Amino acid sequence: MRRFLTGAAWPLGVLALVVAGWQAATVWLAIPPYILPGPARVMGAGMERHENLLLAVRTSAVAAAGGFGVAVVCGVLAAVVLAQSPLVRRCLVPYTILLQTVPVVAVAPLILMWFGSGLRSVVLVVAIVCLFPIIANTTQGLVSVDRNLLDLFRMSNATRLQVLVRLRLPHALPALFTGLRISSGLSVIGAFTGEWFASSNTVGQGGLGYSIIYANSQLQTDYLFALVLACAALGSSFFLAVVGCEWLMLHRWHESALPRETE
Amino acid sequence: MSEGCGRAMVAVRGLSKGYGRGASILEGVTLDVARGDFVSLIGPSGCGKSTLLKLVAGLVPPTSGAVEVDGMTPANARQLMSFIFQEATLLPWRTVLGNVELGLELEQSVDRGRRRAVAEELLGLVGLGDVGGHYPRQLSGGMRMRVSIARALATRPGLLLMDEPFGALDEMTRDRLNEEMLRLREEQGWTALFVTHSVAEAVFLSTRVVVLRAKPGRVHREIPVPFGFPRRASLRSAPGFLSLVGEVSSALRGLDGNGVEGGAG
Ligand SMILES: Nc1ncnc2c1ncn2[C@@H]1O[C@H](COP(=O)(O)OP(=O)(O)OP(=O)(O)O)[C@@H](O)[C@H]1O
Ligand SMILES: [Mg+2]
Repeated sequence: MRRFLTGAAWPLGVLALVVAGWQAATVWLAIPPYILPGPARVMGAGMERHENLLLAVRTSAVAAAGGFGVAVVCGVLAAVVLAQSPLVRRCLVPYTILLQTVPVVAVAPLILMWFGSGLRSVVLVVAIVCLFPIIANTTQGLVSVDRNLLDLFRMSNATRLQVLVRLRLPHALPALFTGLRISSGLSVIGAFTGEWFASSNTVGQGGLGYSIIYANSQLQTDYLFALVLACAALGSSFFLAVVGCEWLMLHRWHESALPRETE
Repeated sequence: MSEGCGRAMVAVRGLSKGYGRGASILEGVTLDVARGDFVSLIGPSGCGKSTLLKLVAGLVPPTSGAVEVDGMTPANARQLMSFIFQEATLLPWRTVLGNVELGLELEQSVDRGRRRAVAEELLGLVGLGDVGGHYPRQLSGGMRMRVSIARALATRPGLLLMDEPFGALDEMTRDRLNEEMLRLREEQGWTALFVTHSVAEAVFLSTRVVVLRAKPGRVHREIPVPFGFPRRASLRSAPGFLSLVGEVSSALRGLDGNGVEGGAG
């Protein structure tokens, strides 16, 4: 934890410098606030409309977390299916790649049409965005088990289920977390994209995606900035939450968590 | 062909093995391991020692010929066997105790409390009684190998199959573990089929050394080791020991493609 705090000191210092420079620039260069509002103004707008802001953050957080959760469950199940045999992988992997290559902005309107506008659709968009990194990494983890360990389990007449639960899944855990790290950031982007399409009819309740479009159309640049920062903060906290879980589950045994002497 | 089969722990009869359409790796290997024997397999790299061990374990099917373990097919005799690999192959997410318990846990033959007791007893036997709660990454290579040995012995095997278990260790650690293996064998009475590249290790541990030749793999010579048990570390410098090491080494030298390290060590 101490390491974490001292590690955070440097980026926080950079942040302080940037904010100071930003404020100074807007004042000295006399930039109009609808082009680039200074940090003080952005803070002011955020404070003033904090109820709307918090509501937007909460709406997006629920959608992002919900979709992320759905993606974790579905992604791990899909990976377990894919890990069953090379034949299964050869049949199905091309279709999982579609998840990665078809842009969500192309699929989102369809989802909206099928499932209506609202939380359900946004969650679905988030899940689609988050799914591929989880499936790809977890599958890799499940199939890359040491042959000798598999032989060891066979020598004990272990069942397929025992091999899965006691060997493949724990072995895949670090890889799963690699996927989760990527997906945690994507989940907020997914929620944003989903809201952009899905929630335009519920004014003021639309989460960060909708609020940003609205603020933009009203030229409320200072509030827009506050929303963008809220987006960044939400994504970062998701990422940190995943990293925290990873540390809790892996630090006892995994090499990546070994304390390093250098730096 | 099968006379004496009922008595033998392992009976290998005319065993051949090839992978896919490639050339055969083992051809017509016949080998008996009597109950209580400690048989070492030694031979050039790639001659099929690991393959032979896996055939006995029933981990790969033979192309032709047969293997019997205690009168059964290998697949049916797995309860009786334990395998020790060159690397310790521990589960990194389990503690040392958890690793030693693994075999019993998978067999589901004893309850949790009994499992723990057996694991603790065996850790004590290999001299690791005080690191049961550690994770494998906290141990040295030699300690990991001891854990691996404890895990193999926890299921009370009648036959221990070992594929260069000490190959990755330094000589001092290897010698010490060799002595401990003999002590454990004395206490528990298992039979062993043991692959090694070290002639001295083979002679020190075995009741018989089997020299294999390569391409195709087959038995070149079987050399009985006459020394009685218990054997002490001082045996390594006895003239009889050294001359036997010389004999095995020259049997190995008589083979082409000689990839064998070490003599008397
Ligand atoms: N799964 C496999 N598929 C195809 N060929 C294999 C397979 N496993 C082993 N071989 C081949 O079989 C031959 C014997 O391998 P094996 O591992 O039994 O040799 P070894 O005597 O144990 O060698 P070493 O002393 O180096 O461990 C080698 O030529 C190897 O390439
Ligand atoms: Mg080998």
